[in-house]
Amino acid sequence: MLGKLDWSAIPFDQPIPLGAALIVFIAGLAVLGWISVKGYWPYLWHDWITSVDHKRIGVMYIVLAMLMLLRGFVDAIMMRTQQLFAIHGPGYLPPEHFNQIFSAHGTIMIFFASMPFMIGLMNFVVPLQLGIRDVAFPTLNSVSFWLTATGALLVNMSLVVGEFARTGWLPYAPLSELAYSPGVGVDYYLWAIQISGVGTLLTGVNLVTTILKMRAPGMGYLRMPMFCWTSLAANLLIVAAFPILTATLAMLTLDRYLGFHFFTNEAGGNQMMFVNLIWAWGHPEVYILVLPAFGVFSEIFSTFSSKPLFGYRSMVTATMFICLVSFMVWLHHFFTMGAGANVNTAFGIATSVIAVGTGVKIYNWLFTMYGGKIRFDTPMLWALGFVTTFTVGGMTGVLLAVPPADFVLHNSLFLVAHFHNVIISGVLFGAFAGFTFWFPKAFGFRLHEGWGKAAFWFTLLGFILVFAPLYVVGLQGMTRRLQHIEVDAWVPWIVIAAAGVAVMLVGAACQIAQLFLSIRDRDQLRDDTGDPWDGRSLEWSTPSPPLPFNFAHQPHVENEEPYWSMKQRVIAGQEPKTNRQYEPIDMPKNSPTGFVTAFFATIIGFALIWHIWWLSILGFLGAYATFVVFAWRDQAEIVISADEVERMDHDRTAARLAWLRRREQVS
Amino acid sequence: MTDDTASSDASRDTHDTAPGEETIARNEPAAGLPGYLLGYGLASLLTVASFIAARTGLIYQPAVISALVVLALAQIGVHLVFFLHLTSGPDNTNNILALAFGVLIVALVVLGSVWIMGHLDQNMPRMKPQQLALLTLCPAGTLRLASAVNRPAACR
Repeated sequence: MLGKLDWSAIPFDQPIPLGAALIVFIAGLAVLGWISVKGYWPYLWHDWITSVDHKRIGVMYIVLAMLMLLRGFVDAIMMRTQQLFAIHGPGYLPPEHFNQIFSAHGTIMIFFASMPFMIGLMNFVVPLQLGIRDVAFPTLNSVSFWLTATGALLVNMSLVVGEFARTGWLPYAPLSELAYSPGVGVDYYLWAIQISGVGTLLTGVNLVTTILKMRAPGMGYLRMPMFCWTSLAANLLIVAAFPILTATLAMLTLDRYLGFHFFTNEAGGNQMMFVNLIWAWGHPEVYILVLPAFGVFSEIFSTFSSKPLFGYRSMVTATMFICLVSFMVWLHHFFTMGAGANVNTAFGIATSVIAVGTGVKIYNWLFTMYGGKIRFDTPMLWALGFVTTFTVGGMTGVLLAVPPADFVLHNSLFLVAHFHNVIISGVLFGAFAGFTFWFPKAFGFRLHEGWGKAAFWFTLLGFILVFAPLYVVGLQGMTRRLQHIEVDAWVPWIVIAAAGVAVMLVGAACQIAQLFLSIRDRDQLRDDTGDPWDGRSLEWSTPSPPLPFNFAHQPHVENEEPYWSMKQRVIAGQEPKTNRQYEPIDMPKNSPTGFVTAFFATIIGFALIWHIWWLSILGFLGAYATFVVFAWRDQAEIVISADEVERMDHDRTAARLAWLRRREQVS
Repeated sequence: MTDDTASSDASRDTHDTAPGEETIARNEPAAGLPGYLLGYGLASLLTVASFIAARTGLIYQPAVISALVVLALAQIGVHLVFFLHLTSGPDNTNNILALAFGVLIVALVVLGSVWIMGHLDQNMPRMKPQQLALLTLCPAGTLRLASAVNRPAACR
């Protein structure tokens, strides 16, 4: 009846996961209770859960990402402290638990922290920058988000019910095959990633369509803001690469569930094919993460240097170059697998060549700052922290691209330090920079500058303290994923790295404090202008937060920096002041389809993990019924009347007009 | 924001049209019911042709596989033109580019994988012809490699 599920799935004998689960459970109940007591359920249901507004979906993506970022950070703290306590000793984590922790850390950080953060930023910003009212498929967008949330839920469920994979964040065969991983850990991984992968793929389709087909009149490709270009490249990569992941994991699933032999040791299976295929997805994946971050930094360098982006066209070329070449380098993840000199050399050269595209970008950012009036607000600090530390990470990457060097450094902590160096300074700093940069646009008030700067400095310092020692011990021969340490020469460095984690923890605490204090003091931090950073692209032309339909009048774009030139014309007194006519606007209707689909997807995933076949069939039927109900809906859009548009526009822009009048009186 | 100031229509790049500005070609041969019927006929013809190529001696035997590949590519072309309405018109640039990108990525991954997987024994000693023969002759799992000069490789 319940497949493999019974009481032994709950880890009553392991105090750490059980205690953590209990705390999360109580905190969750407290939040739900608070929502019920305050009577926020109707508001949450109508304005958020069923919302198909790209801005709200973007915000929900980022909330999910930040929660998962904390969860992944807790795993990181446990790994660093385990190595600190396990010098000539067992430490406090048994090996099988430690293995789950590093697997969960990687899985969560890539799939459920970095990906949702970047997708959230793209969702929120891209339609605003393109001057349009929503993405191409708004309900699909909601489905994507909730499927991602389903994946995150399944991964976290494994903490309490059963176990997580012990195979690393990519479940290399044959270790992940049934013969060597008989538990449900790998199944949790497979179904969580498959379900959230569908969501990611749909997002890719959605945003590619949006960017290619839905730009405001006059916005040709070479007038798109750089963030839209990098989003286009990242989403093209999603569309091209995620099917490879889905197919590879589906083959592993067939091996585990139906006795196939794609990647097994015996009967003609080839585990090397798994490594080959997973990295054919895996390398484009790192660019899926970092390209949107490059876009964020491009916007920030230009805005806070009060200059247009240097070398716009070379930036576009470099982006599309990276988009293409990212599919030609995947073998560098397994130089040591046995290929001969020809193959290794070809991929080594391709890997070095892809750094040229990033190098072009670095110089463009530096020249954007050159001669500019630089303002050192928090987003700019993150961007400066990025450009300095990322360059180091990039150079160790070029070193690892040389096959003979890779043979020495493969699977060492040097490699771990390298990819954290690029992912943290690239993706994470980019996420924080974008978060601080666009937060006033999303909520109408700025984040507290002091706490933001403190968070930046602690995070940067902690980041260097953690990973600089890991480079050193990596060169001394320490391999990754060690549950305990027996070499005395590594000890001082391990201690420094653990201290670095403590510093990063302070940074994270500052970040949380910043968010809470900014919400508390939101009236002092209020931004009436809608343009707190003296921005240059169209999103800053809207009031903050933007109206549900983004633009009361569709903007017409005449150059690369439409809002900047608009402001210049107003300052020069050239903008004709006319009474503009308002027209009714069709907006997509909110729909619970996404949430209901994800509910059934969760049931399907859970049932398949535990082999509860009847429940998975019920889940499939439910998901299909949801799709049918949605497909047969009578009304897909609601019309906002011209009067309503006018009223909302006047209400929201009143604060901005008052601010303008105050300014005119002063001057 | 600037409805009143959009004026530079003349300076707009026709190859870089924004949505809503492109025209839809109505003269493509694949339009309407006749187009679908024509496509269906061609697709069926190609399917029948590939069965004939495979099951009869009409084509020189070693060339059958090449013939099937050609027929399959033609089938893809028919589907793209008649059912997916891919044309070479300017409004179809995105679709052509998407197809080209897809073909390129599939080619990179498939050919790259074949190259890599075929190369994985490069750092191993070459097998002797006798060993290779045993590898194909022995039932799975029973091959015993040579362990000493006087104990050559054999089936267990």
